[in-house]
Amino acid sequence: MNITVTVNGQTYTRDIEPRLLLVHFLRDELDLTGTHWGCDTSNCGACVVWLDGVPVKSCTVLAVMAAGKEVRTVEGLERDGELDPVQRGFTECHGLQCGFCTPGMLMTSRWLLDHNPDPSEAEIREAVSGQICRCTGYENIVRSVRWAAEHSARDTEEVAR
Amino acid sequence: MSENGHRGFGRVQRKEDARFIRGKGNYVDDIKLPGMLYGAVLRSPHAHARLVSVDTTAAEAHPQVRAVITGETLAGLNLAWMPTLSGDVQAVLATDKVRFQGQEVAFVVAESHYAARDALELIDVDYEALPPVIDARRALDDDAPVIRDDLEGRTDNHIFDWEAGDASATDRLFDDAEVVLAQDMLYPRVHPAPLETCGMVADMDKVTGKLTVYTTTQAPHAHRTVYALVAGLPEHKIRVVSPDIGGGFGNKVGIYPGYVCAIVGSIVTGRPVKWVEDRSENLMTTSFARDYHMRGEIAATRDGRVRGLRVKVLADHGAFNGTAQPTKFPAGFFHVFTGSYDIEAAHCEVTGVYTNKAPGGVAYACSFRITEAVYLVERMMDILADELGIDPAELRLRNLLRAEQFPYSTATGWEYDSGDYPRTLRKAMEIAGYDELRAEQAERRARGDGPLMGIGVSFFTEAVGAGPRKHMDILGLGMADGAELRVHPTGKAVLRISVQTQGQGHETTFAQIVAHELGIPVDDVEVVHGDTDQTPFGLGTYGSRSTPVSGAATAVVARKVRERARIVAGAMLEAAPEDLEWTPGRWAVRGDPSSGATMQEIAMAAHGTLELPAGVEGQLDATTVYNPPNLTYPFGAYIAVVDVDPGTGKVAVRRFVAVDDCGVRINPMIVEGQVHGGLADGVGMALMQVMAFDEDGNHLGASFMDYLLPTAMECPSWELGETVTPSPHHPLGAKGVGESATVGSPAAIVNAVVDALSPYGVRHADMPLTPANVWRVIQGRPFRTDLAIP
Repeated sequence: MNITVTVNGQTYTRDIEPRLLLVHFLRDELDLTGTHWGCDTSNCGACVVWLDGVPVKSCTVLAVMAAGKEVRTVEGLERDGELDPVQRGFTECHGLQCGFCTPGMLMTSRWLLDHNPDPSEAEIREAVSGQICRCTGYENIVRSVRWAAEHSARDTEEVAR
Repeated sequence: MSENGHRGFGRVQRKEDARFIRGKGNYVDDIKLPGMLYGAVLRSPHAHARLVSVDTTAAEAHPQVRAVITGETLAGLNLAWMPTLSGDVQAVLATDKVRFQGQEVAFVVAESHYAARDALELIDVDYEALPPVIDARRALDDDAPVIRDDLEGRTDNHIFDWEAGDASATDRLFDDAEVVLAQDMLYPRVHPAPLETCGMVADMDKVTGKLTVYTTTQAPHAHRTVYALVAGLPEHKIRVVSPDIGGGFGNKVGIYPGYVCAIVGSIVTGRPVKWVEDRSENLMTTSFARDYHMRGEIAATRDGRVRGLRVKVLADHGAFNGTAQPTKFPAGFFHVFTGSYDIEAAHCEVTGVYTNKAPGGVAYACSFRITEAVYLVERMMDILADELGIDPAELRLRNLLRAEQFPYSTATGWEYDSGDYPRTLRKAMEIAGYDELRAEQAERRARGDGPLMGIGVSFFTEAVGAGPRKHMDILGLGMADGAELRVHPTGKAVLRISVQTQGQGHETTFAQIVAHELGIPVDDVEVVHGDTDQTPFGLGTYGSRSTPVSGAATAVVARKVRERARIVAGAMLEAAPEDLEWTPGRWAVRGDPSSGATMQEIAMAAHGTLELPAGVEGQLDATTVYNPPNLTYPFGAYIAVVDVDPGTGKVAVRRFVAVDDCGVRINPMIVEGQVHGGLADGVGMALMQVMAFDEDGNHLGASFMDYLLPTAMECPSWELGETVTPSPHHPLGAKGVGESATVGSPAAIVNAVVDALSPYGVRHADMPLTPANVWRVIQGRPFRTDLAIP
């Protein structure tokens, strides 16, 4: 069947099988391989993308469920050549090692900061608790998100000035 | 790069990050070649069954299917069986029997991933179920079914007996000892579960005869050689590319049947074939770790001096002996089990058995069975402390090796290179506020309400950087690693290494080593790895060996370049090379620093028209192979604080203090990240992770819903400290750190939980300490964590 989906601001129309998962649609049909697949069971969160502004695990969403909607992936975090503060934060604070969970972690972190610009450590841990990282022990992910919160605030203040 | 211009060791941000934070990594599953097909594996639902027939007619008729490969197909190519890393053979696709649930039976190649999966449903396999051997403790029973009847003359499930240490001296010591204590304990079967599963894209070019495989491997060169030996392909026509790897932890050391099937699929169809396993396949079939049933005995004096250790191990190796470790060590480095203590005599016996479970036995971030060894000795120390009424930290301080005892030869034949253990433990106790914690615990116990507080101490000694080639090899391949360094005319450098990052940050750390040695910016060094056509031979990254072996190779090759630069500089400055002195980045005439030439100027001169003196043919490039003279021995002291809810058995890790000594730290930021990850693994193994089986051999941990991994909620905020005792034989004084925390942390957490439960008279409980298990332990009715509850 034919579906039209907006991904990172660009509109795509594809003829797909109804059973195609959103993660495979993004990766195989659109070649947006930044979104990863890790578990099949919604446990690991490597596949987190936004669907109409809400983080979802794209391994358990059918592509047809995204028809007519807007998807945002890790490739859509950078704006006008500027890295998102969460992307900078993960680099500054060594919030990634193998990089496989990183896209999902970034998408959840961005969503958290949009809704809670100054999260506590506990709030950050809870926000990413549906996601698994096998490398970092989460410590530096928490610090990365805090870094992004602090620097997002500073960026906003600078703009205001 | 915000660290632009950094010239050596320190907290340099990672070069790797730029692509990963943008979603521009290049993992195996991201690779898409023109005309690529997709493979899928049909797996056995039985743990043990005779294969009566495999009917592929309907699958072959599927319009999108391009090939169906069975054991029979492979037998025709002499590929139905492949050698394991431990001198056994493993079925690629079953021909006679299936020997574990999830074993590979057939392989379908189709136009799409979904079609390949559909076609698996169309294959009709007739099995005749056989009784399985699930409990390793029954594997050697007289009436146990023989699993490996494919091996000629095999009448039981015994694989090997192995021992280390002096049995009679140890027995004599135990006979005379004032205190002898024994404890049975299980280190359960777990799985490394990297977030990226295993996979391959195989591309056979029939015109050139060249096979290129893009694959999840921690050891690309070793894999290439094994493919050459297994498939009879000429080695120069095989290129193994290990692109970005989404975590390894030992899972990506082995060669799996799916890889061989993907290669055969590409040869048969003439098109590239991608095979990527799903999560259940990863957990059920690729290399597990641990599964050691241990009985430890400790001998000591009444005043708390540890004198001897005796251990018997029953090792469950699954259906094929595929353990990945140096050939001469069937139990890995388990015989480092005397740990960090001055012990007079020690002996261990290890018996390996076959069971109807997946093969493997990898170092899951544990440097070849050292986590089992450390767990054993650290549990025994706590049991002894409990018996003698001595504080466990104090008992350790009385027995830890002291700085003046190094180099120290252990009772089982290791030579520890350097250490100052009491200093490290005291530092951990200071960070933790150990005395205050004990006071708090006493006060809480006196009050008798709220959660049960436990404090656990562990001390570990790692043995990493395998290894000296005369002692250590894998399938006859010595464990030495090469490095090549090119310096371009403008002074920019390209380093080629045999090891392969799976997240450890080699592209950064190794550039820092070159920068440190040549005095050039880190950004001026490109690190090439993970491609056998582009890098020198070496055995790869596992067992924390990258920094100890390849890091040393990198330092050595950079020093060779520096010495060549000295000769060139001599010609440039019209001085004898021996009259030059080095300051980072330049050679200058001794006593006249203004006279010098920079590395960049020297590099240009080496490529230019300058008449070059003897000893330099032109250019500065160099190569080396580093054969480590010994292992390196990182160590550390860990303290865990837990709160146990006596009503539910739930354990919360309140604090975790880790003081690691890994020698000189090249990039402290990366070192700390490695430690953090290993500590989380320790929480997982101690409290959550286990691959248990029911009596029919059904795998009870085959998804992340059942095989529980720690999330940010289970992990505390880690509190790290460090001491630095350089390795005397490593060119940089570095020791390696990747697996230290995984080795040391499970014992600290278990010790803390047992400490919390000690008012109930509990002296030991097996991992994982899940709420159900802890609750039953409190009731005095512990269950076996490796088998389904009867």
